Amino acid sequence: MIEFYDVSFRHQNGIMALREINLKIETNTLTAIVGENGAGKTTLVRHINGLLKPSQGKVLVFGEDTKKQSVARLSRKVGIVFQNPDHQLFSDTVENEILFGLRNFGIEEKHDRLEWALEFFDLSRYRNVSPMLLSGGEKKRLCFACVLAWDPDILILDEPTVGQDHKHKEKIVLMINNLLQKGKTVIIVSHDLEFLWPQQPRTLVMSQGKIIADGNIAEALSNDSVIKQANLVRPQLLALAIALTLKPPRNVAEAAKVLAR
Amino acid sequence: MQALKVEDYTFSYLDTKNPALIDVSLEIAKGEIVVLAGPSGCGKSTLLKSIVGLIPHMYSGSWSGKVIVDGAEVSKTKISELAKKVGFVFQNPENQIFMFSVERDIAFGLENLALPKDEMRQRVDEALSLLNLKNLADRAPHELSDGQKQRTAIAGVLAMKPSILILDEPTSLLDPYTAHEVIGTVQRLNKNLGITVIIVEHRLDLVSSIASRLVIMDNGRIIANDVPKKVYSNFEALKAVGMPIMASLHKELGGIGEPPLSVDEFVSALKIRND
Repeated sequence: MIEFYDVSFRHQNGIMALREINLKIETNTLTAIVGENGAGKTTLVRHINGLLKPSQGKVLVFGEDTKKQSVARLSRKVGIVFQNPDHQLFSDTVENEILFGLRNFGIEEKHDRLEWALEFFDLSRYRNVSPMLLSGGEKKRLCFACVLAWDPDILILDEPTVGQDHKHKEKIVLMINNLLQKGKTVIIVSHDLEFLWPQQPRTLVMSQGKIIADGNIAEALSNDSVIKQANLVRPQLLALAIALTLKPPRNVAEAAKVLAR
Repeated sequence: MQALKVEDYTFSYLDTKNPALIDVSLEIAKGEIVVLAGPSGCGKSTLLKSIVGLIPHMYSGSWSGKVIVDGAEVSKTKISELAKKVGFVFQNPENQIFMFSVERDIAFGLENLALPKDEMRQRVDEALSLLNLKNLADRAPHELSDGQKQRTAIAGVLAMKPSILILDEPTSLLDPYTAHEVIGTVQRLNKNLGITVIIVEHRLDLVSSIASRLVIMDNGRIIANDVPKKVYSNFEALKAVGMPIMASLHKELGGIGEPPLSVDEFVSALKIRND
């Protein structure tokens, strides 16, 4: 469980990035965070692994106050895959990049984990290659591989679909479903509402440091003023449902069934 | 008039077994907006590099066939000459803008062309007004929103007056509304200036309605090259990039008539049918 109590955060330059956030995220759920560029989404998730500590209020992760724990200890439980892979990758080879976290956390079966991660993320052929030589999409997959390899309980994915083609997006969906089946908690920060829609996550809409809507994705995106304020554009199937006053279909097959009648 | 002609072009990088591009032929007329899509590793980047001249001037390899940009054959034209013909906007504007004000950033490329001061001033003013950046001319890049940064990057490229504007996933880091706005800006520039545009984009849903043509690549080859509605009925080719949602729904419902490119189009077609 993740809990935010009256959390505000002020950057060193004085800008308020979070304003009085109250939030509970239950274990083994999927949550999406959406909103305009600069809304505070990334700042919010960085409070969960303790990279940032609240200026006011408190954040509890599995009941423990993040102010009283080191980032190293929290990271074992909370893995973040950052938006920009270049902020995350630094080893000489893809293999060593994945092994880095495994070694640091003293994980015993590290070679099995390494092989699994290379295979699942389609990176085996780059094992001995420098991460810097990978394409943007491959770097991103390497970041997933590194974090998933150490098997944290909470996974935070910041813009996971940037630079990914549809096959790799499908892989990300598969990965998310696997994680949920294993009892993990998954949080996705994304502008890619078409990607989020079929997963039907609980959705937090953020704007100017506040949560302005919270609920099932269809509910959270139903209000026109929320859409406008957070610079969103509705996913196509939701827009279609609103235009035709239908119950929002989760996917094309459902939409076709309703419309065929 | 042709902006781009690629003729039976095959390219292999040095020390690789398989060619990255195989027998690619593509003609783009002046004033078109062409969307280029395809899975990772399909050859899109190699094709773009071959258009801007990074291939063969910076990357070694072997090739056959020709790439002709605005009348100039790329392999025989200096990269500095090509830079005047082709403008390139990257995915992340942070990789492109770096001066201490929007105006200085737009002028940077022009200073490198050693243009007379008056002409430079005029081109910067034009670019500022085309991209609605006049009020932000004195702002530092870090004071801009991401959409404004991307517009600054486009302005800097446009000031060079290229005949082709290439945008590589220009909206993937932008929120949905700002992404639509940037795409709208590109469409406006194309209409007002007649500039030829090539956009690389995975999300066909976002760009198909402004495109004159969709080109889909897979395994180093062009597998579809037609007006969007025709490509939206080419399910085999769409497999490579994922079915756009409205095309997929249209197909599920029996595929009568032309496939819609947007929700609005789908809804109006449905209403006409039901009336």
